[in-house]
Amino acid sequence: MAKELLDKKDIERAITRMAHEIIEKNKGISSICLVGIQRGGVHIANRLRAKLKEIEGSDLPVGLLDISLYRDDLNVRKDQPVVRRTQVPCEINDQKVVLVDDVLFTGRSIRAAMDAIMDLGRPSALQLAVLVDRGHRELPIKADFVGKNVPTSMNETVIVHLSEDGVEDRVVLE
Amino acid sequence: MNLRSKDLVSIKDLSAGEIEHIIETAAGFKDVLGRDIKKVPALRGKTTVNLFYEPSTRTRTSFEVAAKRLSTDVINIAPSTSSVVKGETLLDTARTVLALGADIVVIRHKCSGTPHFLARNIDASVVNAGDGTNEHPTQALLDLFTMKENKGRIQGLEVAIVGDILHSRVAKSNIYALSKLGAKVRLIGPPTLVPDCLRDLGVGIYADMNDGLEGVDVIMMLRIQLERQGKGFFPSTHEYFRNWGLTAARVARAKEDAIIMHPGPMNRGIEIASEVADSSRSVILDQVTNGIAIRMAVLYLVSGVKE
Repeated sequence: MAKELLDKKDIERAITRMAHEIIEKNKGISSICLVGIQRGGVHIANRLRAKLKEIEGSDLPVGLLDISLYRDDLNVRKDQPVVRRTQVPCEINDQKVVLVDDVLFTGRSIRAAMDAIMDLGRPSALQLAVLVDRGHRELPIKADFVGKNVPTSMNETVIVHLSEDGVEDRVVLE
Repeated sequence: MNLRSKDLVSIKDLSAGEIEHIIETAAGFKDVLGRDIKKVPALRGKTTVNLFYEPSTRTRTSFEVAAKRLSTDVINIAPSTSSVVKGETLLDTARTVLALGADIVVIRHKCSGTPHFLARNIDASVVNAGDGTNEHPTQALLDLFTMKENKGRIQGLEVAIVGDILHSRVAKSNIYALSKLGAKVRLIGPPTLVPDCLRDLGVGIYADMNDGLEGVDVIMMLRIQLERQGKGFFPSTHEYFRNWGLTAARVARAKEDAIIMHPGPMNRGIEIASEVADSSRSVILDQVTNGIAIRMAVLYLVSGVKE
């Protein structure tokens, strides 16, 4: 049974609030860089960018980060993950990097993403923005900006549908 | 998506989808090569053994760099310095290598079919780095990757391969790969090196360089092996250049935006004129960089296949 957690309007409100929080925490957006984790995080990062531009009037580059080569389960999983592009068009060194993902779960993807970012440069700070935090962390990782906290059980799946993939915006629990 | 086999021994065995998947994966690895830290931990703890029974600097180095960029340990074994000269069989050498903990064996051998034999007999992944006059699959993959980067597609491209097709494993792997992905291939060279029977592969055959190059998108030159001289294949290198060498005037027969490729090492003034090799349309050095990305993709993908 699928249960709707967020609809189109909720997602937009969450993005708006997160954008405001990012601006507040960083006192503007002049020294930050958004980096979306392939693939879901990239869409959220692009939405944050549009919202930040709406509020602050200036545009930010959005980086794409592929973490498959940094995963900790390459030896055990059955399928080799698909390697996608990593393109970070902004300076990483001494910048504040806001990592963006759709769902925060065990924290293992974020661990991989942190290693991947550190290989690209040495940011002055690394922050994490996620649309949904579903709990069940296996590593000591915490998000700075969260769209919605959702209590889940281990056997449930959170699916984020976004219009960028040709479907209607919604987040469901299955 | 996974490859179907733990080994990469020939293009013939790959589907069009698998070839495309390898090329797309390589694009992701090329990003890594452009960074300050040109290394990812993907294959940390794995061991790659380069088993090269034929002299090779380029391909071996390319595989070595690719393996190191993926964080695998690399062991190079050359026959002249190994127990092969003491009479050890190929299979015994391979088993010894496995006992040392190899996960991937990259092999080059002068006998066609050696990688296939090894792949059937050992559990490690086997990657063919050139077997006799049969195939050189990673070279074809890097050539297609380079074409795709420059032309945006493979489907429908007109590709001319010029030179010693008869003895060329590079040409064969390219013919198989290009045909699978819907490109049209023409072979150009003296009839002694481009026999008419190759038509059976579904390619065009041209003895005349100007006719063959008319309107092509890609010109791929092959190295003329100097040791073939004086064996009746062609009279002299001078005459070879006059008839089949790539000059600026001949390049003009191809499409205006045609690219020029060569697997290296080049014989300047024999199969290719210096001004052409160094021109803006030459992608010869891109091929070298793309070779590392393709080999990273291949090592990464074969090591993901558990049989």
